[in-house]
Amino acid sequence: MSISIINGRLIDPAHGIDDRLDLHIDGEVVVAVGDAPAEFAADEIIDARNQVICPGLVDLAASLREPGYEHKATLASEAAAAARSGITTLLCTPDTNPVIDNAAVVELIHRMARKLAQARILATGALTRGLNGEHLSEMAALKQTGCVAVSNAHYPLASTLVERRALEYAATFGLTVFLRSEDRHLRAGGCVHEGVVSTRLGLPGIPSAAESVAVARDLALAQHTQAKVHFRNLSTQTAARMIREAQASGILVTADVAAHQLHLTDMDVDGFDAECHVSPPFRTLSDREALRRAVADGTITAICSDHQPHEPDAKQRPFPETEAGISGLETLLGLTLRLVEEKVLDLPTALARVTQGPADILGLPYGRLGIGSPADVCIFEPEQRWTLDSADMLSEGRNTPFDGWDFPGRISHTIFNGRVVYRATDKR
Amino acid sequence: MSTQRSQNLQLNEHGRLRHFLTIDGLSRELLLQILDTAESFATLPGRPVKKVPLLRGRIITNLFFENSTRTRTTFELAAKLLSADVINFNISTSATTKGETLLDTLRNIEAMHSDMFVVRHAQSGAAHFIAEHASPRVSVINAGDGRHAHPTQAMLDMFTIRKHKGDFTPLRVAIVGDVLHSRVARSQILALNTLGVSEVRIVGPRTLLPTEARSLGVHVYHDLAEGIRDVDVVIMLRLQNERMDGALLPNEHEYFRLYGLTDERLENAKPDAIVMHPGPINRGIEMDSAVADGPRSVILQQVSYGIAVRMAVMSMAMQSQADLGTEA
Repeated sequence: MSISIINGRLIDPAHGIDDRLDLHIDGEVVVAVGDAPAEFAADEIIDARNQVICPGLVDLAASLREPGYEHKATLASEAAAAARSGITTLLCTPDTNPVIDNAAVVELIHRMARKLAQARILATGALTRGLNGEHLSEMAALKQTGCVAVSNAHYPLASTLVERRALEYAATFGLTVFLRSEDRHLRAGGCVHEGVVSTRLGLPGIPSAAESVAVARDLALAQHTQAKVHFRNLSTQTAARMIREAQASGILVTADVAAHQLHLTDMDVDGFDAECHVSPPFRTLSDREALRRAVADGTITAICSDHQPHEPDAKQRPFPETEAGISGLETLLGLTLRLVEEKVLDLPTALARVTQGPADILGLPYGRLGIGSPADVCIFEPEQRWTLDSADMLSEGRNTPFDGWDFPGRISHTIFNGRVVYRATDKR
Repeated sequence: MSTQRSQNLQLNEHGRLRHFLTIDGLSRELLLQILDTAESFATLPGRPVKKVPLLRGRIITNLFFENSTRTRTTFELAAKLLSADVINFNISTSATTKGETLLDTLRNIEAMHSDMFVVRHAQSGAAHFIAEHASPRVSVINAGDGRHAHPTQAMLDMFTIRKHKGDFTPLRVAIVGDVLHSRVARSQILALNTLGVSEVRIVGPRTLLPTEARSLGVHVYHDLAEGIRDVDVVIMLRLQNERMDGALLPNEHEYFRLYGLTDERLENAKPDAIVMHPGPINRGIEMDSAVADGPRSVILQQVSYGIAVRMAVMSMAMQSQADLGTEA
């Protein structure tokens, strides 16, 4: 199968390309950028007039729920949602049941994903056995079977000593460790940001210090162990500043943020809106602005979906009892492109944060469109707007606070590994 | 935003009280209407309230997910004095621990036909949740949800204050104790500010006050004598046993030494200041018996006015259902 994508605006941040260039794919790889190779005859020609051609999106953190929580979502449903959303590579979190702490679960997920052939699903291994926070997982075996990173999902580690050992052990194999920095004691029973809204609604709050205390600890251990540490899902301005300063002082750490954190604040929780129950919680407007600046200045190089699909019951309870999280795959590109509209980022930088940025954090060969690169492509019409209707989502989880939001950038095609896995119909 | 949401939820399209979930978003006029309606039911303390037929044929269900004999009883009494039939459900440990969701519990009880739910729940926002999911012909009265709101308690406190002080506008009011965990305090602060008192103060150690307390429209004091200086009303909050020793407070003795109300300390307030407490009192922790039983204590009046205020809220919410017409 060969494809030529013509007449479009090609944006490939990894190669600094933003130009009217054609893209030619043969089999599973990109064979030419610009003019087609001599005697190249494409089986399919996609006319991308008025459209942007960019690398398929890379999402560092999506909870795909299978195996174990199929009442929330399945690999099949979520892979289809990813394909429609331009996401061609996604890292699933290890909080499945059984946990991704051994080679068998990794192989199961990889095998199912290969069969689905909708997106590249890579496993994040568990940092500790059963995510129990105490015993190290078999990281060498996990790496061997294809885990590209390890994390303890949103579960805390038992102590700083366990954290130190886990970082050292991961570093032995060159595995990147994803950390969700949150001091569980300061979190206590909190479910929203501790501030004006938690005070008025009487909801137990999580102070900003729960994050900054943990980031300070994690930075110190990253420096001490020289492990590759990646900070997941920042929520506070203090954490963004600390990481910026650490990077400036030569500590090699990276960071990401969930797309929804760049748009909503704790004010959106008002009225007890359970769709806005997320972890870490939405914080203040000044936190949101600081996170936006950190994305713009490159302190944060990846925007993630932090996809957490839930069954309706999970959100149909009094607010503190609802489960945290947003079904985020289908709004990742839309929320990122909104940052361009709101003049936070220019278009190539915005696309870098969902393609090259996350890929580079793990040294993955995706999220770029050089000759020989895997043929993962997203084609979207930047001027064409669409409205999210949660009933129309492909993810099994319809839990989103963005129902009814209007987004720029209607996706027309997603190409994964040289095959068109999504083609827009008239509906959307 | 929330004001908008809770207002929409609490009021019908004619601006009448449909549910009573929180003071947040309600107008001064509406609060005064509640007080005036309560006035029509109230009698002198110690005298029985007359039974009226306003809610004859109506079924009121007490849905208590948290134990409280006292509050449940006053709601039950208020309902009976309005001639309604009352069903009590104590669900604190039964259904929900068996895995039934709150929504299922709600649907089951709805199937038994009820015109009003009086709800108490340990989680903030539970009453909103139930109001959002209940059928349109059911009114929901919040009898306390988590740390969020306890609006009928706040209104009976306002009623008591008005009985003694008349006009709200010149008043200074101090609320003393565990504001952080108190749904009563949150509702009182909102009610006092909506009714236009001159100053609301909260008094306590920083561990028992919310971090953004000032955003509620209060002045913050850590010294009791300073905090109640020249106030017209002193409201003491209950300190839950589990909060007395641990990381919030060293022990009850130090708490009483710093924040316990004694006759001597009460000298700092205005000579005609009244002392209130939502009950039950921990004597020797929040206040001395001499204060609790003293001439300035209006604690028992609060309890009896509570019945009239609850009758007022219930009858108003039921009357707003008449606006729904006869389609059902």
